Amino acid sequence: MTYLRAVALIAAKDLRTEMRSRDQIVTLLFFALLVLVVFNFAFDFTVIDFVTLGSGILWVAFIFSGVLALNRSFQIEREQGRLEGILLSPIDRSAFYLGKVVATVVFMSIVEILIVPLSAILFNHPIGSRLGLTVLVLILNTIGFAAVGTLFAAITSQTRRSEILLPLLLFPAAVPIALSAVKATTHILAGRPFDRFSSWIAMSAAYDVIFLAAAVLLFDYVLQD
Amino acid sequence: MIEIRGLSKHYGPIAAVDEVDLDIGRGESVLLLGPNGAGKSTLLRMLAGLTRPTSGTLRVFGGSPAGSAGSAVRRRLGLLSHQTFLYDHLTAIENLEFCARLYGVEHPDQVARTALLDVQLEDRAPELVQGFSRGMQQRLAIARSTLHRPDLILFDEPHTGLDREAARRLSDSLLALRREGRTCVMTTHDFSSGLAVTDRIVVLASGRKVLDRPSTDLDAEALDRLFHEATRRPAAVLPA
Repeated sequence: MTYLRAVALIAAKDLRTEMRSRDQIVTLLFFALLVLVVFNFAFDFTVIDFVTLGSGILWVAFIFSGVLALNRSFQIEREQGRLEGILLSPIDRSAFYLGKVVATVVFMSIVEILIVPLSAILFNHPIGSRLGLTVLVLILNTIGFAAVGTLFAAITSQTRRSEILLPLLLFPAAVPIALSAVKATTHILAGRPFDRFSSWIAMSAAYDVIFLAAAVLLFDYVLQD
Repeated sequence: MIEIRGLSKHYGPIAAVDEVDLDIGRGESVLLLGPNGAGKSTLLRMLAGLTRPTSGTLRVFGGSPAGSAGSAVRRRLGLLSHQTFLYDHLTAIENLEFCARLYGVEHPDQVARTALLDVQLEDRAPELVQGFSRGMQQRLAIARSTLHRPDLILFDEPHTGLDREAARRLSDSLLALRREGRTCVMTTHDFSSGLAVTDRIVVLASGRKVLDRPSTDLDAEALDRLFHEATRRPAAVLPA
């Protein structure tokens, strides 16, 4: 089996099981929606400019729902020893990692596709004119978060307190991607020219490449005891 | 086929497996016994490439099964444990096709259907595994662990949680594998079921090998006595 087929096989398995159970996507959506509603009530957006807080609100929703997705993704593999079933197979273990990253990106993207337009309506701040840039920032930062998150989720999945340990380990490592995501989104919401925030987009792209490459190289050791 | 020399696995100061030497030839069927914590499952996990040894050498088919470098070895391995490795939200046939594709088996759909036939679950092919009984799940797990025709099959307490009928079906499947000449290594607490499908006994105690002998002249009672002597534990606390 080729490497890419193994990646696709793992991702397709995760997507198919989720399509059947809908456990994960419903939880993620409700959580992200709850964040939007709470912030909408907490701040008076007739006084406060949405540009100031909007990107923070959106990325709190995406990052925390992403943590839920990562925890659930490896919880499924822990039950019935499924992770061992995959590790026993001859596929490259980094293909398993990349398959999990792809599935997490898809789950987070579904949440983002629904939450971004909803937030535009809820906070009365249209983003239609900069949709292309918004999508670019969402994709780059979602990949970065899923890349580092999947690596740490695999590490913590072998511990008893993985739900607690994952955010503790992940958030410090995810600071660069969270920072560049919030900064780039703020500039987009404020309608500033691309060259004012292109460096943040470049930082996200570099983070993606570095973490994906490092995780592919390290993943074999992560899952050995 | 399996060559183990001075194999140890330490978890901090605790030696789960301690300086074990063992050779298992092609077609042999070995019953690995020992009290809880003797190191049986750790040894099986090292054979399967799931755990790296702390020291010593382990060669399966001439290579190490651990890590990405061990993929050629793992292609020839199967593992059946009391955990099924099955996905509840996939159907029986989808679970087997997924496994067949993981192992790069040609015509995975056909192979999966044949494997379902072998365990008499062909009429349950389109049903989700979450609706299966424990016995049916274990039969499907047998199909999963053998559909790539492994040369070496490891069984880690496969009888756990099975009722009498399911345990009988499992023993039939194990006998069929033995007749096919596959090499089997099994851990179990069920001496009589284990004896019926093996031809050699290895007993571990506190991580060390304390007995290694043929089992052809043994019945369950004689094995029980030997086990007590080898592990030096009072009979009252030994598994039934």
